[in-house]
Amino acid sequence: MRGVPNSLRGYLDAASTEPLHPAAREVLAEAYDAGWADPSRLYGSARRARLLLDNAREIVAAAVGARSDEVSFTGSGTQAVHLAVLGTAAAHDRTGRHLVVSAIEHSSVLHAAESVPSAEVARVPVDRSGLVNAHVFAEAVRADTAVACLQAGNHEVGTVQPVSEVARLCAERGVPLVVDAAQAVGRAAVPADWSVLAASAHKWGGPAGVGVLVVRRRVRWRSPSPEDERGSGRVPGFENVPGAVAAAAALRARLAEADELNRRHSALVDLIRSRIPELVPDVEVVGHPTLRLPHIVTFSCLYVDGEALLTELDKHGFAVSSGSSCTSSTLTPSHVLEAMGVLTHGNIRVSLSRSTTEADVERFLTVVPDVIARVRAITGVDGL
Amino acid sequence: MTGLPEPDLTVDCRSMRCPQPVIELARRIADVPAGGVVAVLADDPAAATDVPAWCRLRGHEYLGADDTESGASAYLVRRSR
Repeated sequence: MRGVPNSLRGYLDAASTEPLHPAAREVLAEAYDAGWADPSRLYGSARRARLLLDNAREIVAAAVGARSDEVSFTGSGTQAVHLAVLGTAAAHDRTGRHLVVSAIEHSSVLHAAESVPSAEVARVPVDRSGLVNAHVFAEAVRADTAVACLQAGNHEVGTVQPVSEVARLCAERGVPLVVDAAQAVGRAAVPADWSVLAASAHKWGGPAGVGVLVVRRRVRWRSPSPEDERGSGRVPGFENVPGAVAAAAALRARLAEADELNRRHSALVDLIRSRIPELVPDVEVVGHPTLRLPHIVTFSCLYVDGEALLTELDKHGFAVSSGSSCTSSTLTPSHVLEAMGVLTHGNIRVSLSRSTTEADVERFLTVVPDVIARVRAITGVDGL
Repeated sequence: MTGLPEPDLTVDCRSMRCPQPVIELARRIADVPAGGVVAVLADDPAAATDVPAWCRLRGHEYLGADDTESGASAYLVRRSR
């Protein structure tokens, strides 16, 4: 792709963060000039800031199938998840302190659920492809369940969850469903039937420091934060108007190119999924083969140290991530891979950004088999 | 051990980090005859997932795990062939 800086060649970690979309960069400076004032005041510059904020909210609302008064901007995707889980739990605390989550939620969801006062958290298992069974999920819901949480798509292996079916079963039981859509918004179809939704702008090419919290009007939600009149009473603190404007600009641009990007990404992921097992012995491609996000593919290599793999790939100019324990600060393997029962060592997650080209993927497929063979040769595991 | 067979061979992988316990298991599995049982003694948390996953990939039978007094777990594998 023309105009892509060299630093983005070999960048295959878009699920961690997508580089800033040119459309966001274009409006950012202008938004700082036009949207610096306090949007809750009543003079001209304040009204301009309010208008920009409202406009950004409308764009995001349309993208996730919501009304604009249901949308608030937060300081991050993590804050959006925390507010989604804690605020929904707080408003339903008379129902009980029981929460149902899938075992492969993002750690921010799991930690938020565990932090609900006196919470009892049920983790719903997944199958080997990382898929939740909607009926198993519904069976975990009890009369005293305050909140259920299910991600739209998994951040490590890409598997897309049956959110609509789970939402229907939860609604039948009167239980609100919180959906973490961080990997889906801007990339894949966003399911419609959630109660509360959280997303993160830097995942779709918006700036860092902007998250999205959407609370359906009919859903009871109570702020877990001290009282604050800003952010519609949902998100405390002075709004980041320029950030919201740039996030909305990136999202609008991203959605306009989504069909073309998704087709390209899906084809490149299919290529990786089919070629890696041909090129590398003793490798397991994980995640659902068809019910998946367009941009993520993950595989684990038997007898290989994940950290050595990342280091070697970095030397060849490739940025990827890993769920292997040796690459985590806690030295524990990814809870996602554990829950799926797949190899946790020698794990690589490849996630495609809008700048990723077929040439990047072809070069990756040329380099990876040699790198893995070399790491295995050093460890002396050939023939095992 | 609760309901699990006595191993024919114990491979001590305590204080080894992943993927070393699985590598040791792969190196030693041939030391027992088909039907024989190997115990992998490991304290690395990844072994709990990786030993059963290795069995699935290699066609051996994973029998289960037992905690030991040393704080490590013993993962039992029956050699299939």
